[in-house]
Amino acid sequence: MKHALVVDDSAVIRKVACRIMEGLALRTSEAEDGEQALMACRREMPDVILLDWNMPVMDGHEFLRALRKMPGGKSPKVVFCTTENDVACIARAMHAGADEYVMKPFDRETMTAKLQEVGMI
Amino acid sequence: MITAADFDFLRGFLKDRSGLDLGPEKRYLARSRLRPLCEDAGLRSLGDLIGKLRAGEDGGLADAVVVAMATHETMFFRDRLPFEAMRDSILPGLLARRAASRRLRIWSAAASTGQEAYSVAIILHEMRARLDGWRVELLGTDISPAAIARARDGTYSAFEVQRGLPVRYLLEHFTKEGSDWRIAEHLRSAVTFGPLNLLQDFGRLGTFDLILCRNLAIYLDPPTKSALFARLASALARDGALCLGASETVLGYTGAFVPDPDHRGFFVHGPEGTERPTRSAHMGTAG
Ligand SMILES: C[S@@+](CC[C@H](N)C(=O)[O-])C[C@H]1O[C@@H](n2cnc3c(N)ncnc32)[C@H](O)[C@@H]1O
Repeated sequence: MKHALVVDDSAVIRKVACRIMEGLALRTSEAEDGEQALMACRREMPDVILLDWNMPVMDGHEFLRALRKMPGGKSPKVVFCTTENDVACIARAMHAGADEYVMKPFDRETMTAKLQEVGMI
Repeated sequence: MITAADFDFLRGFLKDRSGLDLGPEKRYLARSRLRPLCEDAGLRSLGDLIGKLRAGEDGGLADAVVVAMATHETMFFRDRLPFEAMRDSILPGLLARRAASRRLRIWSAAASTGQEAYSVAIILHEMRARLDGWRVELLGTDISPAAIARARDGTYSAFEVQRGLPVRYLLEHFTKEGSDWRIAEHLRSAVTFGPLNLLQDFGRLGTFDLILCRNLAIYLDPPTKSALFARLASALARDGALCLGASETVLGYTGAFVPDPDHRGFFVHGPEGTERPTRSAHMGTAG
């Protein structure tokens, strides 16, 4: 079973995302910010990370940079998930090493397609 | 709530007009879908609206009711696999077989707001090196003029644009306009959209190499479904393919098509002389 880590400071978004992913037969865990997410990755490197951009403590970009430097940190697929949807924001996220990009709000169909795109289902 | 008698009338009316088979459980849908139309038409209640339909006086209103009750739900690269099959196998096969004529005709026959046709356009765009010097026609039709107008415009909300669409395609083929996203001109000009009721004659459209008629047949009653498949068969080249929705099949409704053993969701012409509808054990799986 593939393991997805959902990183978002909104509990509602985390819940919605986890429910969708569990419905797609992924195992999920949650983190509230980048720092928690790094700790989670140290314990167990997930297969895919759904990553919010704006978070207190450590934002998505900082997290991504730190993740990619960790041992084994190049392997997880990273799907950025933000309310920002300007071309520049998306391009910047992709440039920073994300594999996909989801704009909030999203539904099951959108998430399914994104996870298929990064080879998780 | 719509009265039982009015709902029965509405069911019959939709079946005649569009072949749409409204199950009895859809009574609540009738209310939520037709309410806005009542307001637009300056009618006080659903009862008044049905009354107008019964009186049969207003053709425009009748069409609007059909469109309001039809589901336009769609997305880019819906179900993914059929589009991968098109890219990897169906279209390359057609290209090989059409090498002499260098002509390709593709039809998205229940196109809704255009995502399906544009998905094909994106695939063709990626094959453009092999299509140099070809005449490729991509047609998108739907019974709903409003859906067709939106398809032509090619503008989608952030929510719609990412349903099924990988972000690389978003960056490559769309530009942001306000809070919406508009598909690039090179794709918009690759597709011709027009309104068309599939229950009416479409012989004038000629013959296609690939027809997508996805997620419409599930809403049709069996006789309408059989008739539609038979007519689609006559619009499909002998070596062409029909692509249906993931939960749809021709089995039990027509002998004109048989499943393509190599490609799930695709159907090819059955052996000559089997155009007669057959009822097999599979019947009902699509209903
Ligand atoms: C659920 S959508 C499917 C859209 C797309 N093919 C897909 O699979 O995503 C069904 C579409 O069929 C259209 N439709 C319903 N009855 C029709 C008819 N008799 N002729 C043409 N289109 C029809 C509806 O307007 C709607 O846009």
